[in-house]
Amino acid sequence: MNLLGRSRIITEQALAYSFTRRAMVLGAGQFGIGALLAGRMAWLAIAQKDKYDKLAESNRVQSQLIPPRRGWIVDRNGLPIAINRTNFRVDLIPDRLQDPDQVIDELRAILNLDRDDVQRIKDALDRSPGYQPVPVAEDVPYEKFAAISVRQLDLPGVAPSSGYARAYPAGAAVGHLVGYVGPAAIEDYQRTHDPLLITPGFKIGKEGIEKVMEPWLRGRPGAKRTEVTAHGKLVADLTTRPEEMGHTLKLTIDAPLQEYAARRLGTNSGSAVVIDTVHGNILAMVSMPAYDPASFADGISKAEYAMLSADDHTPLQNKVVQALYPPGSTVKPMVALALLQAGFDPQERVNCSGVLRVGNGLFHCWRHSGHGPIDMHRAIQQSCDVYFWTMGRRLGIDRLAPMARAMGLAQHYPLPLTGQRSGLVPDSAWKLARYKHPWTQADTVNASIGQGYFLIKPLELAVMASRIASGKALEPRLIANRRYGPQGGGLGLTDEQLALVHAAMRDVINSGGAGTAGSARLQVPGVEMAGKTGSAQVRRITMADRAAGRTNTMLQPWKYRDHGHFIGFAPALEPRYAIAVSLEHGAHGAAAAQVARDIMTFLYAPDRAQTTLAALEQGWGGDIRTRMAAQAERWNADHDSSPTPQQEAPEADSNGEVPD
Amino acid sequence: MSRGIVPTTLARLPWGMLLLITGICGFGLVVLYSAANGNVRPWAFSQAWHFLLFLGGAIWLSRFREEQIKAIAWPLYFGLVILLVGVEALGAVGGGSRRWLDIKVIRLQPSEFMKIGIVLALARFYDLLPVGEIRAWSAVWPAAMLIGVPFALVMVQPDLGTALMIAFGGMVVMFLAGIPKRLFAVGIAAVAALVPVALRMMHDYQRKRIEIFLNPESDPQGAGYHIIQSKIAIGSGGLTGKGFLAGTQSHLDYLPEGHTDFVFATMAEEWGLVGGIGIIFAYLLVIWWGMGVASRARTRFGRLTAAGLTTTIFFYVAINLAMVMGLAPVVGIPLPLVSFGGSAMLTVLICLGLLMAIDRGRERRG
Repeated sequence: MNLLGRSRIITEQALAYSFTRRAMVLGAGQFGIGALLAGRMAWLAIAQKDKYDKLAESNRVQSQLIPPRRGWIVDRNGLPIAINRTNFRVDLIPDRLQDPDQVIDELRAILNLDRDDVQRIKDALDRSPGYQPVPVAEDVPYEKFAAISVRQLDLPGVAPSSGYARAYPAGAAVGHLVGYVGPAAIEDYQRTHDPLLITPGFKIGKEGIEKVMEPWLRGRPGAKRTEVTAHGKLVADLTTRPEEMGHTLKLTIDAPLQEYAARRLGTNSGSAVVIDTVHGNILAMVSMPAYDPASFADGISKAEYAMLSADDHTPLQNKVVQALYPPGSTVKPMVALALLQAGFDPQERVNCSGVLRVGNGLFHCWRHSGHGPIDMHRAIQQSCDVYFWTMGRRLGIDRLAPMARAMGLAQHYPLPLTGQRSGLVPDSAWKLARYKHPWTQADTVNASIGQGYFLIKPLELAVMASRIASGKALEPRLIANRRYGPQGGGLGLTDEQLALVHAAMRDVINSGGAGTAGSARLQVPGVEMAGKTGSAQVRRITMADRAAGRTNTMLQPWKYRDHGHFIGFAPALEPRYAIAVSLEHGAHGAAAAQVARDIMTFLYAPDRAQTTLAALEQGWGGDIRTRMAAQAERWNADHDSSPTPQQEAPEADSNGEVPD
Repeated sequence: MSRGIVPTTLARLPWGMLLLITGICGFGLVVLYSAANGNVRPWAFSQAWHFLLFLGGAIWLSRFREEQIKAIAWPLYFGLVILLVGVEALGAVGGGSRRWLDIKVIRLQPSEFMKIGIVLALARFYDLLPVGEIRAWSAVWPAAMLIGVPFALVMVQPDLGTALMIAFGGMVVMFLAGIPKRLFAVGIAAVAALVPVALRMMHDYQRKRIEIFLNPESDPQGAGYHIIQSKIAIGSGGLTGKGFLAGTQSHLDYLPEGHTDFVFATMAEEWGLVGGIGIIFAYLLVIWWGMGVASRARTRFGRLTAAGLTTTIFFYVAINLAMVMGLAPVVGIPLPLVSFGGSAMLTVLICLGLLMAIDRGRERRG
């Protein structure tokens, strides 16, 4: 059978000829494949040399990162707020552990780890992806560190090392200001694959300034380079690149003032902010109680975190930017400025009979007997509600709200802080959009004394104080920069208008008892503080309460007491510093005013302020650190008991009426 | 023939080719010396002795007459088939597959010699086939059987690389013998159609090798490691290499099998593209010489044997280089004369010995 289907005479010669031809095809094929191989090799060795060079180098050289020292955070005069100190630490590398239980047992014996620590380590080991070191202990004393180092061969997986720890000399006083650092989250590493993130001892900012300013503070890691074989055997040490420390961050904060303010807030749940009225620089920004930021650096213990979470004084919340309250009477100077700007005559008197009827509702002035005929100056000085209700209704919410916003309320400030919330300045358009109801006279009445829908965060109060004081649209600053000069933008208010309000605010404090906050008078010769108190109801005073005479919330349980605010500035006639203090359940503004008085005193007469503080701290049971340690002890002794708040005694009127 | 002080038999040897392979092997010794971190042991010294021994054997083989080679074609082929069955039946298990027949003195790998056996057997078959039947079925099916049996036996060992080389070697002889070209087209199409079936029948590790060849980065620490590290060695060598004894991939053990299957990568890392092109060129010259022997041969058996054996050498080199450069799956084919190990060197030198014998036979006859 013929494969071609037709016969052909095939001779020996024909076959030999066919062979020659086919051998040439074969030879050409072989040559072609040879050329292809040579071409492939040239492609690898010439065109892709760089890529393979890098791969060969990354095979050969193992880099061990040296975490960079974090940049310092300093105050406006260069005093340290956050620094680094050398420490010794011990980590576990899960991948290299052979017998975790035995190793942890040995470490527990050497390092005196408690049950809580062991549990945390075991939990972390379970969750760790293997390559990520699990911290065992930081701040290990040198003797113990040395004891572990010499036994390293017997303890595979244990990695002792020396490094730097973040230190905050002022502790909790700067907690909410700077935030804290901590080990990077596993997700951060999985997203970026930056090996620095899993280097033992490396910390990133987790909250506050430490978090927001991370790129500036981080620095560049150094590298210890070694040549290793494929089996991990060390062949030679190569050059070591030193780490570069992060940049120093200079804040506008005045560290001694910050610490004083924190201590002066005492056992209150509250906040204080001081702003320089020339530059808008924030000199102090305190939220208390606070955590010690150093506690978070090496992984906070469960017990400590549980204690902080359970505390009704919310030490984990930065109240300066995260808490919202009704501003209460602190808005009255701002409302007065709105009235002046709208052309109302400040001499015009309103008769305060102690009560105002609006529609079907009765609105009671804080002084039930009434203030009688009262003009703007006295209305601010004595915080007359009826005057502002009456005038507010005439002004209307849609002329009031723009002034409130111009004064810095309901703003988000571009500051390096985390979790900043914005307050609320209500107006008719907002209410219609939000509640589908038209704005009412009663809403205006409430808004004109900072109640109702009005909400502020303490930082906004401070900005409002600084803007009333300066008459300028100051933007608060937290980061110092030589290029920042005084701020200028005006608010469209005349000097006369400002002077009138300043004088009234001065008389709130400095008019012998005629004002609502006479106790806040500075004991500094030649310096007067101007201000305005405010309080915000936590629980509505019902008709029943009123009938029973329960109008002083100071007599009620702590959590039902009013919030107390104070805004102020000094010197009263040539303002230099503005302040805002808010005390949660501080009952009324006078208590806040006294805190403000002492903080302001510290700026002019630190010794006098320290004397006042020393006496107070004695009553509170020591300074912040002592009280926090005692609190932790109580917590550990009895997990269910939360610390009982101690309050400053308010200075109430003899008849139980409290100005707000 | 001129009579000088050199004996005629020596003078007639193809000295150019012998110098070439000695050069290739000598360069290989340099690479093996480096692969052992600058030691002649354990590889270079032993490799040199094997080369000298096998070179002597090849020269001894070159004295055989074509009739004698023809005479051993069938016994060699069928002997090897029996040995392959023997390996399957009682062979020692080595490296996950049964390839070796341990007969006390030496460990014999019959599949290695089958690469020669298949060429001789097919050349003998077409030599016996009447000239007029070359385009008939009777020219195809016995040849297909001759290839298929050892192919299947080696495949089940399993040794994909060697099995493919046996099949390729056999098919090249069929092609050169004058089988209709369209048959090869049909054959290639059939093979392509059978690939999925073959994939299913493969051992897991074979299938994995092919997957990894297609995408080595899919398993950089596992089975793709060889190809990746080999490409890194070749690529980082660049044009002129990192210098003798200065390769990091090989000396720091990143390159696995750097003295055997992946010796070319070890060489390329230190000698660069220059060294690689040199080796490729040297082999092409050897193959050029072999194809010359085939074209000069006067007999059909001589022609087919010479071309078949030359192509076998070519397949060794081509498959190995394609493998180390990531163009072919890792199939375990060494680079003859350079890779450490006697088997491939022995096979290639037997091929060269037989080629010399065929060349001499032509001269004798002429």
